[in-house]
Amino acid sequence: MNDVTFSFDPDWLSTLTLPFMTNAFLAGLCIALAAGVMGYFTIARHSTFAAHALAHIGLPGATGAVLLGLPVSLGMGVFALGGALVIGALGKRATQREIATGTVLAFATGLGLFFARLSSSASQQMQSILFGSILTITTDQIIGFAIFDVLLLAVLAVIYRPLLFSSVDEQVAQAKGVPIGMMNVAFMAIMAGVITIAVPAVGTLLIFALVITPAAAANTLVTSPLKAMIVAGILCLVSIWGGLVLSAMFPAPPSFIIVTLSTLFWAAAKGVDSLKHR
Amino acid sequence: MGGDTTTHSEHECIVFDNAAVKRGDRIIWHHGSFTIPYGSVTAIVGTNGTGKTTMMRAELGLQPLADGTLTVLGKPAGTMNRQIGYVPQSYTSDIDSNLTAEQSVLLGLTGTRFGIHPVTKAQRAKTHEAMAFVGIADKAEYRLSQLSGGLRQRVAIAQALVADPKLLMLDEPLANLDLASQRAVVHVLARLNKELGMTIQVVAHDLNMLLPILTGAVYLLDGHPHYAAMNDVLDSSLLTHLYGTKVQVVTTPQGDMFVTPTPDEADDVIPDTHDPREVARFHRHEYHHDTNPGA
Repeated sequence: MNDVTFSFDPDWLSTLTLPFMTNAFLAGLCIALAAGVMGYFTIARHSTFAAHALAHIGLPGATGAVLLGLPVSLGMGVFALGGALVIGALGKRATQREIATGTVLAFATGLGLFFARLSSSASQQMQSILFGSILTITTDQIIGFAIFDVLLLAVLAVIYRPLLFSSVDEQVAQAKGVPIGMMNVAFMAIMAGVITIAVPAVGTLLIFALVITPAAAANTLVTSPLKAMIVAGILCLVSIWGGLVLSAMFPAPPSFIIVTLSTLFWAAAKGVDSLKHR
Repeated sequence: MGGDTTTHSEHECIVFDNAAVKRGDRIIWHHGSFTIPYGSVTAIVGTNGTGKTTMMRAELGLQPLADGTLTVLGKPAGTMNRQIGYVPQSYTSDIDSNLTAEQSVLLGLTGTRFGIHPVTKAQRAKTHEAMAFVGIADKAEYRLSQLSGGLRQRVAIAQALVADPKLLMLDEPLANLDLASQRAVVHVLARLNKELGMTIQVVAHDLNMLLPILTGAVYLLDGHPHYAAMNDVLDSSLLTHLYGTKVQVVTTPQGDMFVTPTPDEADDVIPDTHDPREVARFHRHEYHHDTNPGA
């Protein structure tokens, strides 16, 4: 890391064919699918901050797992799911409470730091948990991601309309008999899963740009929920794959380029939208 | 909520029988015994905090009763909600949704269904019919966030009526709308009532716009809901009591009646209002089946 020249790497094509790169591309596909679909609902439910907080609630789980010698994803997933179920049980309104969410977020991050300091191996992993390490994703993890994606799509296919109805029109949905409490818990639980599989790519700190930002960009470009999910998934995928390719060419961390691309797409979408409505 | 013991005739859409609602220990209202017929247009009126929205939520079975029974469309409240169209109050102010008007209305038809059901041609046709009825057919492709408050209110009404409800409930449908939009919404309600025979209930704090179409009103006064047909409720001393400020009833040459608050309150007028619990102590009604709500 002592060489800081920002030089183009002519061997980038052969870098891309390395096994860890194949894994990273596959992981990107799995993450983009999950994030694209759930990003839409997160925005529709005004729960983006709560989703962001879930990643941070997962942080002490992740560092705690390292401390106990367990897989990072397991600790992350358990804590995020626990947090999601608590927030979900409190109702949709709770996910819109910014101060409570922010306070829990800060406390969880602090707790994550505390656990990390308790062992040197957790300390070493702290950076990759916070900022992601998509190049170190293992084949086992990818199998886990793929299983999650299949489950996600199966569950969503069944609850799609009631979830959408309760997301955009909770009071009417409730009056019409949609179990809004169950929908909220289901949403938060699925969100915990999406966070858990997306954190290895960009880390807990940058996850907003991967899960929410592409969906926000897609929302300004297309109107139908289904189209928005597809466009969000594509933007997310291009961000991740583009990040991988560019980071093979230039010495920059993939997380940085992924987040930069995602942000640029969003800014471009907003720009196009404001020109259209001028 | 409790069993349906009394026999109700075919023309009774909503039946309150000694109904009471509490929030915590506080009685919102009690001794509610009245019936609202099918085909009526009823306003729920009263000052802020008297439980107008709570009454609508009770009729939807979302607010449990502390006492008594409440029958809607012949069944205990909450069981016939599929035949009720509901437009909540926050609808126009709250929404910054990216959904289009058409998608929003469509949810009124498909939003409760679990499982994979592609939208059918019949459902689309129904959606367009509902939008055409409220006069927003040309706005189908607009996002809700691009529509004015009045148009969004009409989208909400279309969403409520797309499933062919027998009863339509609207919570403050005219709040925050300009005069033209208020007229448009009232006109839609009038047509729903006259052409489709829909029973309509509206929570309102300002009766003026609604007067031409109302057949009766539930007024929340002194912690009791009362129901009266329109000629009975428009008694200026009653309305003055109801709103705690001087209200006049004016009959214009066209026969329309308007409720006008006096331009300015005289200094020596003491508003004659009480909170429900206060009044409950000195104001008790006799009922044939006298069950005392433990208050």
